[in-house]
Amino acid sequence: MIGVLELDTDVLVAGGGPAGTWAALRAADAGADVVLVDKGWCGASGATAASGTSVWYVEPDAEARETAMASREGLGGYLSDRGWMARVLDETYAGVNELADRGRYPFPRDDEGREIRRGVQGPEYMRRMRTLVRRAGVRILDHSPLTGLLTTSDGVVAGAAGTRRQEGVDYRVRAGAVVLATGGCAFGSGALGCDVDTGDGALAAAEVGAHLSGMEFSNAYAIAPAHSTVTKTAYYSYASFYRADGTVLEGAGSTRGRSVIARTLLDEPVLCRLDHAGPAEQVAMRRGQPNFFLPFDRAGIDPFRDLFEITLVAEGTVRGTGGIALAGTDCATGVPGLYAAGDAASREDICGGFTGGGSHNAAWALSSGSWAGRAAAAHAHAHGRPFPTTGAGPVPSGRTPARDVVAAVQAEVLPYDINLIRHGDRLRPALERLDGVWDTVRAGLDGGSWRVREATAMTAVARWMYTAALAREESRGMHKREDRPGTDPAWQRRIAVGGLDDVWFRTPSSVELPYRRAPLDAASPA
Amino acid sequence: MIELLSTDRCIGCDRCVDVCPTDVFDRVPGAVPVIARQGDCQTCFLCEAWCPVDALWVAAERTPLPAPPAEADVALGSYRAALGWGQGRTPGARIAIGPPLIHEPGDPPGPPLV
Repeated sequence: MIGVLELDTDVLVAGGGPAGTWAALRAADAGADVVLVDKGWCGASGATAASGTSVWYVEPDAEARETAMASREGLGGYLSDRGWMARVLDETYAGVNELADRGRYPFPRDDEGREIRRGVQGPEYMRRMRTLVRRAGVRILDHSPLTGLLTTSDGVVAGAAGTRRQEGVDYRVRAGAVVLATGGCAFGSGALGCDVDTGDGALAAAEVGAHLSGMEFSNAYAIAPAHSTVTKTAYYSYASFYRADGTVLEGAGSTRGRSVIARTLLDEPVLCRLDHAGPAEQVAMRRGQPNFFLPFDRAGIDPFRDLFEITLVAEGTVRGTGGIALAGTDCATGVPGLYAAGDAASREDICGGFTGGGSHNAAWALSSGSWAGRAAAAHAHAHGRPFPTTGAGPVPSGRTPARDVVAAVQAEVLPYDINLIRHGDRLRPALERLDGVWDTVRAGLDGGSWRVREATAMTAVARWMYTAALAREESRGMHKREDRPGTDPAWQRRIAVGGLDDVWFRTPSSVELPYRRAPLDAASPA
Repeated sequence: MIELLSTDRCIGCDRCVDVCPTDVFDRVPGAVPVIARQGDCQTCFLCEAWCPVDALWVAAERTPLPAPPAEADVALGSYRAALGWGQGRTPGARIAIGPPLIHEPGDPPGPPLV
């Protein structure tokens, strides 16, 4: 190390994906001086840049909005909130239109020449967002993973510390407010673009007293060709699934039948073919998602004619809904000066206990990023830049390689029969083993500051996840327990988790919570 | 995983060193960059998309191939072309209209799950 890079700013945004770039843009638009740090490269980092996504973009028509809000409430287990949904629909509509106008995003057009703004290609979207952020005057530090937050003696967040990978220099940014937009945690599973998503923001937030919500809804698994990383599940709605002997795998499907695939994969390979796609659909697929075809074209597979082996890849909280709990509609965390957005934050407000990827997550990233950025700018203007007194110490190091800890966590959170197909008798011992991994983490790890932070964060996230999964003694949303089948009306409430050495959970009564809709209410249009 | 960096095509702009989100490449003073940490590659294909001269090749496999393929045997630049990036091309985003997505019985209507 050759010294420390010291910066001073109004707003620090950690994370340069959709949520982080919208946060940085809104803060800069509000007149704030903004620094954005990204573990990778803002524009290529994270789940969106490598991919393509639909966006929950709905015209401001009362009936269309009502249908949009009602469509997912059941899947999400009625834990979402109509007020938040309406706000997200408004903000997303405005933001996507701004992406078209200010960002000059080249949306496709329909037969009548109108732009179709319900989806974006990841590389193009994030290229435009990087440009917008730079034009707004934001200082970007790429390849600069976060290693912790700085606080005042009163516990007010006052900036963040990290390291610049390519320069070998640590950084300390003193800031009037911090937005955590570091993405979810995919546990290094290999899901497309998600290797940077290791829960770093959740760890940093918990260290300064924030807590999490919805962590039981963190077991999304995507279909991918067995040899690849391309976790794009949507097109598998055109697929049939087969056993190795060529017989059809009954009950298997890309959405509801995913557990059949998982159970089969425990014992034998599962093959697949996109045999329901006709010539027109095949052409449209190539245009809609060119990256979907990379693993096929490059391995000499014709996915419409050939059988190919598939696997299920864990996506953790990236396509789950759990994350840092929000204390207000401005995406405040309850810790003064700290805001959270995108996959780093809980998405239960609009998704409850289920997301299918894309769509709502993309809308949430844009909306929550925008709110967090504006609120962080306002907070910094009102309170100035406090002087950080704690949190600046080096990451403790020890002997156990960080990668060994990552492998130990993966052994508990990736297997289908622990995390996807849940049972208390399997979750409990897994959590006990993870508690043991945490003891190893606390004894100190070897591998460099930010790699140590990644391993620490994954361990913490895994423990919150299984603590919440054991606490929720029913099945709801994506959380399905073999030993607690069926939804229990008494559990129509959220579960908060937190703590590091001592992990805790709370189940506030539904009366105290902002959501109020019961299933019967949701079924009747307003 | 990243398998090829064509030293014939590379112009030494170091853009791959910048854009790779997992920092796989290293700058080399006075020479073209090198694949320094192949094991960190997350197979996101974005280096290929950003390379202005189609000098990079990412294999679909999540693990390294026994040996890198020969340049002549792979379609260098095919992902960038599919995205419509590069001089004189129509951005792929402009024509990115996917097929309608079939929903399984019992699924509510809604936007496509991409």
